[in-house]
Amino acid sequence: MLDDFLVRAALAGLGVALAAAPLGCFVVWRRMAYFGDATAHAAILGVAIALALSVSVFAGALGVALLMALTVSALTARGYAMDTLLGVLAHSALAVGLVAVSLIDGIRIDLMAYLFGDILSVSRMDLAVIWTGAALVLAGLAWRWQALLTATLNSDLAYASGIDPKREQLVLTLALALVVAVAIKVVGVLLIAALLIIPAAAARPLAGTPERMALGAVLIASASALAGVWLSYLYDTPAGPSIVCCAGVAFALTGAVRAMGITNQ
Amino acid sequence: MRLIETKDLSVTLGRQTVLHHVDFHIDRGEIVTIVGPNGSGKSTLLRSLIGAVAVSGEIIRAANLRIGYVPQKLHIDPTLPMTVRRFMGLPRRHKAAAIDAALERAGLSGLEDRQMADLSGGQFQRVLLAHALIETPDLLILDEATQGLDQPGSAAFYRQIEEVRADMGCAVLMVSHELHVVMSASDRVVCLNGHVCCEGQPEHVASAPEYRAIFGSGTGGALALYRHDHDHDHAHHGHGCAQDPLTEEAS
Repeated sequence: MLDDFLVRAALAGLGVALAAAPLGCFVVWRRMAYFGDATAHAAILGVAIALALSVSVFAGALGVALLMALTVSALTARGYAMDTLLGVLAHSALAVGLVAVSLIDGIRIDLMAYLFGDILSVSRMDLAVIWTGAALVLAGLAWRWQALLTATLNSDLAYASGIDPKREQLVLTLALALVVAVAIKVVGVLLIAALLIIPAAAARPLAGTPERMALGAVLIASASALAGVWLSYLYDTPAGPSIVCCAGVAFALTGAVRAMGITNQ
Repeated sequence: MRLIETKDLSVTLGRQTVLHHVDFHIDRGEIVTIVGPNGSGKSTLLRSLIGAVAVSGEIIRAANLRIGYVPQKLHIDPTLPMTVRRFMGLPRRHKAAAIDAALERAGLSGLEDRQMADLSGGQFQRVLLAHALIETPDLLILDEATQGLDQPGSAAFYRQIEEVRADMGCAVLMVSHELHVVMSASDRVVCLNGHVCCEGQPEHVASAPEYRAIFGSGTGGALALYRHDHDHDHAHHGHGCAQDPLTEEAS
């Protein structure tokens, strides 16, 4: 018999996994891994602002993540040297956020909860926010799926078919900010990018089409979320990192399966 | 009937003005080849026609114009699994039978479930062509589509395009720079070097003594090879062609 908080934790992990996995496929295909990092790390600044202004942490994180994602998106379009710039932005945002949190008087903040998540303290309200956010992200991806794939493949091909790749990029940017905001509670800002990228990367060797890769990523992410929560309950380990560890094991396993498949041929 | 027309089209990329006051048009069923040296704005012209670059001037497209575009290069990220069949269903899904028929027409039967990354260069280009044609476009645009193919390969590719034009009646706009290969079936050749240097019918051009045209050299008559130099001064664009590059003797 599962305790109630464990059920809520499992449901929270599942909700984030469902949204993060297919979005993570696009992050991988479009080589936006650092972009995800920058957006996630900026969210800690949003947490600080939200606490200072006494608004909801979700709203603060969403706002700043969105701002960061839009900024990075705009800079990408101008053709900056992205890896350096994103490295600067990601870590500056994280550092500014950490400093800002420490400057807030009168509130004792469990910083670890925001850096690494606090899935075992998920409330019913948090669950509602997570599943609403996840549903929005999934609906957005499903709605734009064909156009997103075309734009990811080649922007000129998209233009020729009347698809504006910049608009599709915006859809992804919004989805990314939303996933970051809902995932803070589950895995924390430091490990959100892992939840995006690892399931997608783990699904890659087994998939022949983009859809199968997205589905595989969803299955791997969901299994990792459930297994991670369960392991953290059994061994009293932090839940967020445990989830990421499970996803990492899945990545190693699928990589090994492919390697064996190749030697068999 | 005009499919697409540009009036006084100029394009600035970064700080460099790549195209100057280009007036260009292509009509229904026409085959037009754009030739020009590297950096002459050929690809930029094609990309502005499909709406991929910001332009000044005017681009008039026919209502409901369907464009089939074959890019110069299509890099598929190794992390993105993509079978030929799935690629054919982007951006709009098609019935499996329609995809099979399109691939069979392109001589690609049996490759439906192959990964795009595993195709040979020639197969890849033919998939791109079949992809552009599955929507029965009014205008087929090819940006140096035979890059990386050997001469028999590109000759076969161009022959296929002639067949496509004959079958489907779509207009074809293509760019060529490798050896200045121009399809003999071209209705018009436009020479571009930042601006339109000159244009005309290929027979006209071919019979002119300025051109050393070599027809059908091992290409089954599908190709004509033109050779001309582009070393004249273009410091002041928009002057027309005071010194026509095409009058220079080929060696």
